[in-house]
Amino acid sequence: MKQTETKDHAGLAEDFIKDEERVNWHDGALWYIREKRDIASKQIPEWEALREAASQIKNNVISNLHDYLLQFEANLTKNGVKVHWANNADEHNAIVYSILKAKGITEMVKSKSMLTEECHLNEYLEERGIGVINSDLGEYIQQLDNEPPSHIVLPCIHKRKEEIGELFHEHLGTEKGLSDPTLLTRVARKHLRNVFLTRRGALTGVNFAVAETGEYVVCTNEGNADMGAHLSEVQIASMGLEKIIPQKKHLSVFLRLLARSATGQPITIYSSHYKKPREGQEMHLILVDAGRTRQLGRTDFRNSLKCIKCGGCMNTCPVYRKSGGLSYHNTISGPIGAILAPNLDMKKHADLPYASTLCGSCSNVCPVKINIHEQLYKWRQVIVKEGYAANTKALGMKAMAWTLASPEKFSTAGKAGRWFLHNIPFVVNNKFNPWYKQREMPEGPKESFAEWYAKNEK
Amino acid sequence: MTTREQILEAVLKNQPESMPLPDIGMFKGGDDDTVRKYIDIFKTIGGAAYLVDDLEVVKSMVAEQFDTTKRIATTLPEMQDIAELIAPAIDPHLYEDVELAIIRGHFSVAENGAVWLTEEVMGQRIIPYICQHLAVVLTAESIVPTLHEAYERIGLGDYGFGGFIGGPSKTADIEQALVLGAHGPLTMTVYIIR
Repeated sequence: MKQTETKDHAGLAEDFIKDEERVNWHDGALWYIREKRDIASKQIPEWEALREAASQIKNNVISNLHDYLLQFEANLTKNGVKVHWANNADEHNAIVYSILKAKGITEMVKSKSMLTEECHLNEYLEERGIGVINSDLGEYIQQLDNEPPSHIVLPCIHKRKEEIGELFHEHLGTEKGLSDPTLLTRVARKHLRNVFLTRRGALTGVNFAVAETGEYVVCTNEGNADMGAHLSEVQIASMGLEKIIPQKKHLSVFLRLLARSATGQPITIYSSHYKKPREGQEMHLILVDAGRTRQLGRTDFRNSLKCIKCGGCMNTCPVYRKSGGLSYHNTISGPIGAILAPNLDMKKHADLPYASTLCGSCSNVCPVKINIHEQLYKWRQVIVKEGYAANTKALGMKAMAWTLASPEKFSTAGKAGRWFLHNIPFVVNNKFNPWYKQREMPEGPKESFAEWYAKNEK
Repeated sequence: MTTREQILEAVLKNQPESMPLPDIGMFKGGDDDTVRKYIDIFKTIGGAAYLVDDLEVVKSMVAEQFDTTKRIATTLPEMQDIAELIAPAIDPHLYEDVELAIIRGHFSVAENGAVWLTEEVMGQRIIPYICQHLAVVLTAESIVPTLHEAYERIGLGDYGFGGFIGGPSKTADIEQALVLGAHGPLTMTVYIIR
C-alpha cells in the first residue's frame, strides 16, 4: 500500500486541494449523490419514522448483543455454516488462511468488505502465497493502484477517468488514452469474469446478519458477491459483531433505508440472503471483534456501532467533500470514520475528530440516527484529556482558556486583534498563520460590541 | 478462555441496559395501482417490464427481443421448446455461456422494482447472476407495495439461498457515470402475466 500515514488529516487534505479542478469535481460529484438521496427519501412519506425505527432496532441490538450473538451462532450451525470467532485482525486473517490452506486454495476472489480492508487481509494472504482479487469495480481499480478505498460505497470516487484509463493501460493492456467509463467497465467485466470462473475460494462482507434465522444479507449493485460465492467451493463471510439484526422482518426497514441513503436508489440491485451452503460447498462465517466490544463499553460512543455503512455522512460532509477520503488515513473515512477510528488507536487518529466543522449535516442524514457531530465534539474532549491533542492545538486552547477566563483579558485581546488587523495586517495575513491559507482575513470592525453598547446605551 | 468466550464476556460486560424493540407493524404501502407503479419504477432503474396475457405471448416476445441462436436456459417447463431446462445438480461453471435465463419470480415489489427469487426458481444459484440477460416471469397479483409486505410473504423462508434482484447489474464507480452490466446481466426483463 502507498504510505499516507506520515501526515495528519490537515496535511493530507492540503495535498488533495492543490488540484483545484479535482477538488471542485469531487465536491460536486458527492453533493450530487447527496441530492439524489434527498429526492429518494422524500418519496417515502414515512421516511423519518423509518429512521427512528431503524435507530431503535439498533439500540435493541447493541443492548442485547450477547444473546443475539448466541442465537445467530446456533442458527448458523443448524444451517450447516461453520462459525469462527476472532478477537482482532491477526486472528481473523489466520482463520481465513487456515480455511483456504486446508483446501489447498491459492487464489481467492473477494467482494467489498471494509472489515477485511481494516484487517489488511490481502497483504496477510499475499505474504503467505495466496493471491486475492477485489471484485467490486471501484475496489479493483484501487487495488490496481495499490491504494486503499477512499469511500466505503464509491471506493475510487477521488480518481478521474483518465487516471483509471492509464491504470488499465498499464495493468490490463488496454489502448493508451482509453477513458470511456462504459468501455473501461466492459474490459473489467471480461477480465473479472475469468477470475470468478477460476477461483475456488470466495470471501464476502456482510450487510445484515439475522439472529432469528442464521442467514446473512449481502448488498451489491454489480453482482460480484454472487458471482464469486456461487461459483466457489469455499465461501467465507467476515463480519463485525455489530452487523446483527434481531428478526427477519427488520430487513424491510434497513433495506428501505440503505440504498436510498447511499446513492438514492430504491434498493441495491442485488440483496442476497445466504443461509445454507449449496450441495458440495463449504460455508464459513467469521465474527470479528477488533475493537467493537471496547466501543460498546464507551457510553458516549457506543451508538457509532449502529452504522449500516451507507456513506451518507461522507457525501454530505463539507470537509470530506473537499479533502477526499484518503486524507483520513483510515479504512472508514468521513464523519463516521472519525468517530470509529479513535477507538481503534487514539494516538494515531487524534486528528480525525477535528476534521469537521461540527455543522451536524452528517447526523441529519444518518439513516440510523447516530449523533455523529456530537460524538466528534466529545472525542475532542477525550483526546485533549488523554494528552493526544497536537501541540499547537493544546497550546492554542490553553491561551484561549486563559483569555476567556476574564472579561478584562478578553477585551484587551479583542482590542489588540482589531489594532493588528487595521494597522499591520501582515502580522496576521502571512504564511505562518494556517488560518490565512486559502483564505482572506476579514476586515476588522472598528469597535467591539461591548464598546458599541457602552456608547449607545440609553 | 477461548476467543469466543472472551468476546462474549466482553460483550456482556459492556452492553448497556436492554432497550425494547419498536413495533414496525404500522409500516405498509398505500392502495396505489401496484402493477403500474412496479412497471414505472422498474423502468427508472434500467429494466424493461411488460404486461402480457400468457406464457405464449412471453415466448413470442422472447423470440423477438433476444438472440435465440445462443444458449437459453430456463426452469419453466413451458419454455422447453425454446430453452434447455436447468439441471440443479451439475457444476455451476457449466452455465458460463448462458445468453438468456428465463425463470419464474415468486413476487416483486412495487416501491423498488425488485423481484424475489429463491434457488428453487433459479434452478441453480448462479443462473440469474451469470447469464448475459435475465428474464423473469411473474403474475400481476403477486406484486406487493413495499418491502414490509414482501417480508411478510417470505416469512422465515425455507430456502438455502434467496435474493432480491432489482434490475440489470450496474456500476457508477468510474466518475459516477452509470454503466449497465457490471458483472451480472446486461439487461433484465420482467414479464407480468395479467
